[in-house]
Amino acid sequence: MVRFTAVGLRYPSPDGRAGPEALSDLTFTLPEGSFTWLLGASGAGKSSVLRLMHLAQLPTRGDLEVLDTLVRPERRAALPALRRRIGVVFQDFRLLPYLSAFDNVALPLRLAGRSESSLRPDVTEMLRWVGLQGKELSLPQQLSGGEQQRVAIARAVVTRPALLVADEPTGNLDSLQARRLLALLTQMNRLGTTVVVATHSEELVAQFPAPSLVLDGGRVVHHG
Amino acid sequence: MAERRSRYARDPLGLKRALSDRLLPGLVAAMALLAAIALAGSRGAEALKDRWQHGAAAAVTVQLPPEQAGQMDRALEVLRAMPEVASAVPVDSDRMRQLLRPWLGEVPSLPLPAVLELRLKNLALDPAPIAERLAGAVPGAELESHGIWVARLAALARSVQGVALAVLALVAGVAVAVVAVATRAGVASRRQAIEILHDLGATQGDIAGRFARRIGLLAAGGALAGAAIAVPTLAALSNLAAPLAGGEVQPWTALPWLDLALLPPVAGLIGWATAQLSVRRWLKRLP
Repeated sequence: MVRFTAVGLRYPSPDGRAGPEALSDLTFTLPEGSFTWLLGASGAGKSSVLRLMHLAQLPTRGDLEVLDTLVRPERRAALPALRRRIGVVFQDFRLLPYLSAFDNVALPLRLAGRSESSLRPDVTEMLRWVGLQGKELSLPQQLSGGEQQRVAIARAVVTRPALLVADEPTGNLDSLQARRLLALLTQMNRLGTTVVVATHSEELVAQFPAPSLVLDGGRVVHHG
Repeated sequence: MAERRSRYARDPLGLKRALSDRLLPGLVAAMALLAAIALAGSRGAEALKDRWQHGAAAAVTVQLPPEQAGQMDRALEVLRAMPEVASAVPVDSDRMRQLLRPWLGEVPSLPLPAVLELRLKNLALDPAPIAERLAGAVPGAELESHGIWVARLAALARSVQGVALAVLALVAGVAVAVVAVATRAGVASRRQAIEILHDLGATQGDIAGRFARRIGLLAAGGALAGAAIAVPTLAALSNLAAPLAGGEVQPWTALPWLDLALLPPVAGLIGWATAQLSVRRWLKRLP
């Protein structure tokens, strides 16, 4: 479950002072096991909402509850364990360029302390699922944009996260790969994962109808 | 290929590339060499001070002119009867020639005075009354106390020791600064990777620990090289200083082996702790 209560977010301005609010008074609840589209024009605040959800940013005001845990700056020590239960597909992939596809996907499992022998079948299976069998040892720069995005997706879901947030995950995929990805996300959702996907693609939303959270100017203008 | 994969898997921050295995160890090696020299200087000064204080300071030399050489037994009898004197022994001519050899070389025909060596029960005792009583019994006998000379040498040795320890503290401070700068450079070059690991659930301890282990190893390796270079350097210095220690010390046995052995682990610990603090401080800016 993800709950925002009167959440506001300000990024610091270049001179170090607090800038204008990027998000204002966000109040909504995403039930456990829900699938939600996060929609809005560029600059509406979708990426900021996702950053709050995967704890890359803490709210400057209001209460944020993620996976039944109230997120507080003074409880920073508890955040890494919470982050390990969240899968993230970044808009810019954020793969480590000196790690192979296998090692990029295995990274969250290794951070969680999984042994090499136990993580190998999971990583191999995940890479096979996203169609990258045979490319396990390729470095990101040896892969196309679409392949890199699939590695990022595999890395996000390999831990079977309780919450999965994805920022424009189909941006570099062809329509077939995009449908396969959405099929994976809905499959994970059916298994109990709470899924939030930010997108501009009305076509995708139409193909996979689900509740949506629409932002405009850093505020929620529609939820349902 | 599998080996490369395994290697990178153990180093997800790519620190083997980000933290050069030449520059930092090279700098630490230079500082370890300086530290070794400072330590050896401190130990050497301390040993010389002890030797002078317990050797020369405790000893008072009595010199009889050559025409009074036959009065040696009389002088010994008078001195041994004095309550202030712990011992009085004649210095034989072979020992005299040995002591003079570094300055005069072999001079078998040189007439040498008869010399006695006294040890006083109380080092702080003024030897002047003893000299007066001895001169009364054996005219021409002179008593030479080394107290002032030794006190000055001991003060010099203490100063050398203090300077050596100050140099050691300075080297340690510079080492901390160098490691902090290297760590910051490493953090800057791996900023994105750190943020990715952080977002994937790595703890501050995970990230700081990876930096600290790498930098600790590089610092320990550098210090090991510095200590290895210090061994022949210190042996040569010890050889030069041997006459000051009576010429009885073998260079290899005089080296501060324990200090040299401690340099790599201490440097590693300094590197590890400095990297931990630097990285944890930087990580505070992340949520």
